Amino acid sequence: MSSDAATPSLLQFAGDAEGEAALAEARRQIEICNACRYCEGFCAVFPAMTRQKAFSDGDMTQLANLCHNCRGCYYSCQYTAPHEFDLNVPGILAEVRQDSWSRCAWPAALGRVFHRHGVAVAAALVTGFAFLLLLIQSLRPEAGQGFYAFLSHNAMVAVFLPAFLLPLAALAVGLRRYWREVGGSPLRGRHLVAAFKDAAVLRNLDGGQGQGCNFEKGDRYSNERRFAHQATLYGFLLCFAATSVATLMHYLFDMPAPYGLFSLPKLLGLSGGLLLCLGTLRLAMLKARGERDLGAPRVWGGEMAFVLLLFFVSLSGLVLYAASGTAIGTGAVSWLLALHLGSVLAFFLLTPYSKMAHGFYRLAALAREAQQREAKP
Amino acid sequence: MVGRSLVETTWDVVVVGGGNAALCAAITAAEKGASVLILEGAPKPYRGGNSRHTRNFRCMHRGPLSVLTDTYEEEEYFQDLLVVTKGKTDEGLARMAIRESEACLPWMEAHGVRFQPSLSGTLSLSRTNAFFLGGGKALVNAYYNTAEDLGVRAVYEAQVVHVGLEDGRFTHVEVELGGETLRVEGKAVVLAAGGFQADIDWLARAWGPSARNFLIRGTPYNRGVVLKDLLDQGAESIGDPTQCHAVAIDGRAPKYDGGIATRIDCVPFSIVVNRDGQRFYDEGEDVWPKRYAIWGRLVAAQPDQMAYAIIDHKSIDLFMPTVFPPVKAETIEGLAQRLGLPAPALKETVEGFNRACREGTFHPTELDGLATEGVSPEKTNWARPLDTPPYYGYLLRPGVTFTYLGLKVDETARVTGQNGRYANIWAAGEIMAGNVLGEGYLAGFGMTIGTVFGRIAGREAADHVL
Repeated sequence: MSSDAATPSLLQFAGDAEGEAALAEARRQIEICNACRYCEGFCAVFPAMTRQKAFSDGDMTQLANLCHNCRGCYYSCQYTAPHEFDLNVPGILAEVRQDSWSRCAWPAALGRVFHRHGVAVAAALVTGFAFLLLLIQSLRPEAGQGFYAFLSHNAMVAVFLPAFLLPLAALAVGLRRYWREVGGSPLRGRHLVAAFKDAAVLRNLDGGQGQGCNFEKGDRYSNERRFAHQATLYGFLLCFAATSVATLMHYLFDMPAPYGLFSLPKLLGLSGGLLLCLGTLRLAMLKARGERDLGAPRVWGGEMAFVLLLFFVSLSGLVLYAASGTAIGTGAVSWLLALHLGSVLAFFLLTPYSKMAHGFYRLAALAREAQQREAKP
Repeated sequence: MVGRSLVETTWDVVVVGGGNAALCAAITAAEKGASVLILEGAPKPYRGGNSRHTRNFRCMHRGPLSVLTDTYEEEEYFQDLLVVTKGKTDEGLARMAIRESEACLPWMEAHGVRFQPSLSGTLSLSRTNAFFLGGGKALVNAYYNTAEDLGVRAVYEAQVVHVGLEDGRFTHVEVELGGETLRVEGKAVVLAAGGFQADIDWLARAWGPSARNFLIRGTPYNRGVVLKDLLDQGAESIGDPTQCHAVAIDGRAPKYDGGIATRIDCVPFSIVVNRDGQRFYDEGEDVWPKRYAIWGRLVAAQPDQMAYAIIDHKSIDLFMPTVFPPVKAETIEGLAQRLGLPAPALKETVEGFNRACREGTFHPTELDGLATEGVSPEKTNWARPLDTPPYYGYLLRPGVTFTYLGLKVDETARVTGQNGRYANIWAAGEIMAGNVLGEGYLAGFGMTIGTVFGRIAGREAADHVL
């Protein structure tokens, strides 16, 4: 980390006075923390902070992305309002973090829209539905099994391959911007391993001792949010694995869908869908209970919409599966398929510009932290 | 409405105060089955008294214990206490508190307190002091949650103004709550409402008018109302009524409640001058953890109770960061101007000091013997010339931590009156710390006193009632 805060700002605020004010306020708060240090045991942010006395813009971006918003430091802090130091570290770091995602997003304008506005997410979702319905109605194949009776395999690939790859490319640009901003050095495998290990157990949301974070129960610790998040994360990964396995079976082994219940894609997809469904539902409930001011209140709607979108993706997938197995359901399958695939499409396309991006930036921040720990423990 | 439910009951144990000692007493009494009421004078965000600002607990241990390394036995602990108090302690009570501290740590953990390894920059304490994860406010939160789960009733902004006594027995407290004065009855009372350091008028009467320039490091709610009320009714006092414990802190800190973040650790690497640009004490007498406590008094004796620590660029990274950035200038004259000091005088002081510095090996973390020659007062360690711009200056003022005057107690934490011990009045925490800590301070010992005597007071009060 560069320790000279006097160097000119690397960040392109381009007249973003709000962003600059948030950064200045975050720096003020972090400098008070650095003179106190009572919170060192909660997470990686505070030990990282102690490595320098002055904080460059890039340092602030890194600390903000390292913060997992566990809120332990807020409830423990003797300097929160009404104290005149008026610290709210999770809140101000959430603002700085949010700005960094918007700034790094490519194109940046999309980042600004979807992070902040739940309505925009909903609009994207409806557009996804409409598009899929149109496809299904206009390109209905002559023959095909399972869902392919409604939309051919080739049509699905033609829609979803670019919808998957384009956002990944956009994310790559964003991560590159992030890495440059925080002054990252060339990445080694061990840094990534460290980052994945931290993410696998959400170490930075465990309160430092496994007691969890302070979210839905104020100053009492709880692991609910951590568990709900991991159900969501692993549910998502299982679903992703199901699709990947199915793709391999289709192309490598000439085993096209539909698959039976005891096939690998179905087992992965069903368990993943259930986890995702329960995890996102719980996250949404917890989010309604947590104090909004300890996050970035202006993006609360966008975040909530994203959680609900993921919930809808999983729920519609499960319903679709249930319907397609019954005689009564068959008539609804074309509608359900459009709903499910439309939501998946919206989800994919929004990834670089919605809360989904946080996972990628967090991993980058954790990898950068591993680098810095190595350089200066 | 809150008031009515308080006065309709005769509580088993009324706890006056809402910090560490009060909570330990309340939890202990409630676990024994007593109905317990906590009357905390501060509003909820400021609950916990000075405990809110603490960070660790000094603990005896005969082997590694929780986050504590190695051993720290009774004798060594007691000797450490003797050194800082210069013998002004009650050996029996002090040794009892020290011995009890070992059992306190697991008790604290069992009641929600979490510990963390020694903070960065405090490795010297890893053997003797167990640090709270998140600091004192996290400890206070944990105890309030534990107390709530046990059915303890806690009321905030409830200032006790009078403790009612009849024939040496406690009968009730008068408490100001929501604009009313209520009479709350109880069968026993634990007084844990702290010292009087936040009452500046009292401090000025006790110490002298210069105390008006002191900053109060801790809670603004420790105004000694309960302490004074008891002393006025004839309770026996202990501890020097004129003294307070003060350290040198950042002079730009808030008047009250600045806490840990306002500390300044640069003195050993600096020269410290007064308003007139003159040095007045050996800045390098010993390592900072052993000297920070005397600098409050030293600064208090200077004109306007202010002093300025001045370092050059060589030393800026040798100590913990400060809460406010230092005043900075490229020349000594420029720095003098910005600090409001007489530039010629400061220049002369710095030049004289620089001439007195010798060649030698500088070692920031140990006594390096790098002393001045031919300057008064001399600087006996870490004396390096101030010659590398930029120069930095920090304004210092005395920051009061606590006062020594308290209620005399026995080994069961029972308060002593004119005619012997009161039947049903106990005290714990800063309000009685003077019994064992007559002078000076030992890091983390305040929390030890609060925890040990709080638990004893809670147990004794409950046993008395039940």
